[in-house]
Amino acid sequence: MKRLVSMTVNGEEIELAIPPYRTLLDVLRNEGRLTGTKKGCDVGDCGACTVIMDGSPVNSCLVLGIEAEGATIETIEGQHAGPDLPHLIQEKFMDHGGAQCGFCTPGIIMMTKALLKENPNPTESEVRFAIAGNICRCTGYAKIVDAVLAAAEDLRKGRTL
Amino acid sequence: MRPFGFERPETLERAAGIVAAREDRAAPPPLSSAQFIAGGTNMADYMKLGVMRPNLLVDIGRLADPGLRRIAASPDGIRLGALVRMSEAEENADIRIGYPVIAESLQQAASQQIRNMASLGGNILQRTRCEYFRDISWACNKRDPGSGCAAMDGFNRQHAVLGVSDRCIATYHGDFAQALIALDASVETQSPRGGRTMAFSELHRLPGETPHVETQLMADELITLIDIPAKPWARRSHYLKIRDRQSYAFAVASVAVVLDLEDGAVRDVRIALGGLATVPWRAQEAEDELKGGPLDERTAGRAAEAAFAGAMPREHNAFKISLGRQALVRALLETRDMRV
Repeated sequence: MKRLVSMTVNGEEIELAIPPYRTLLDVLRNEGRLTGTKKGCDVGDCGACTVIMDGSPVNSCLVLGIEAEGATIETIEGQHAGPDLPHLIQEKFMDHGGAQCGFCTPGIIMMTKALLKENPNPTESEVRFAIAGNICRCTGYAKIVDAVLAAAEDLRKGRTL
Repeated sequence: MRPFGFERPETLERAAGIVAAREDRAAPPPLSSAQFIAGGTNMADYMKLGVMRPNLLVDIGRLADPGLRRIAASPDGIRLGALVRMSEAEENADIRIGYPVIAESLQQAASQQIRNMASLGGNILQRTRCEYFRDISWACNKRDPGSGCAAMDGFNRQHAVLGVSDRCIATYHGDFAQALIALDASVETQSPRGGRTMAFSELHRLPGETPHVETQLMADELITLIDIPAKPWARRSHYLKIRDRQSYAFAVASVAVVLDLEDGAVRDVRIALGGLATVPWRAQEAEDELKGGPLDERTAGRAAEAAFAGAMPREHNAFKISLGRQALVRALLETRDMRV
């Protein structure tokens, strides 16, 4: 039986009828039409589905949609510096070649945003610790770490997340 | 995921009562048709795989009792509510300073995303990562009692060498539980029959003839609190985790050590092993070997021998015995050398 669930996604309050066995990831992608959040392993191993829920990054594939009742969710679609302008973190990922195939990128961008909100001055090892749950099979992580550190540097110069 | 019903009771009594009212209330908790869900990281995973097949989920994540979400430090020790998230405990200053083995075990567990969701109560009840348990096409006595064990003669590199039976060699893969064994923690539970307290080291049951019976809990019984006594040793405590890659992997071998030293001699010590046994494993023989004497590479080596005297390897996991011994020696010496 479907239940009515309301949540705030990227600043917009939405109400959806969903069955209890549907994950937040599937709710966002199917009912919510927000396909920027990717479905990789679907069992919490890869981090491609990372979204920020009530301020904390989580694997949306392991959250039941009904568990997001009343929650505030941020996805990749909500990240931009202005109309048609990439978000600071996206800009740095482009500058540093932090994305290749791109499948892991939305999850890593969200993880990076959560990290930099808590800690705008991370060390390289703190960056690596934060993104340990985000698997990338293209880059070898070096350019991702460079991009995150570059975003942190710009933050300290007064740019905002 | 198979469809299931969903209830979100407001009180703990009601949550336990829903399960107690069901026909199969006496079933071992993992096989019960009604399951509690909190953080859901283990449950959602196993429901997708078809390993867990509940007809009803009882959501305890929003129960009103504030004690379930509290970390309460006092001179007597620290009390952790069962719904405290792993990341909250890991970041707590009282835990980091007073009980480092807890913070270290949590920091090295899972990923940030999972630690942000998973509750402490759920974490200690997490089920094995045995590949044959997780893939429902294989025989598994733990998942489907009496069906056999594909791991015995399968690829068993990750499997346990301690506490095994001829029905099951699945490893207990958690990290936090070893810290709790070493710190002599206890757990409080609630069910419609009332509350009870048990030593954490007695919560999990060896697989024996019934590997599907994993703990002393009943299906309608909930862990509410983890109680860790303040003992002189808690500050000198340490968790060493060895894994196939440096981050986000389960332990191949891990060691929790809590050490009380006096003038270089071991007044008291508690040791727990992870990734090596079917349950969170207290290495009491190793503790006995060390008590009252000096702690150096030689005595630590003797303790490590004692810890694995009863080990029973299979075809691919004999390396865990030497790895486990070396991990134990290293963990003991690192704990000895901590500045507290």
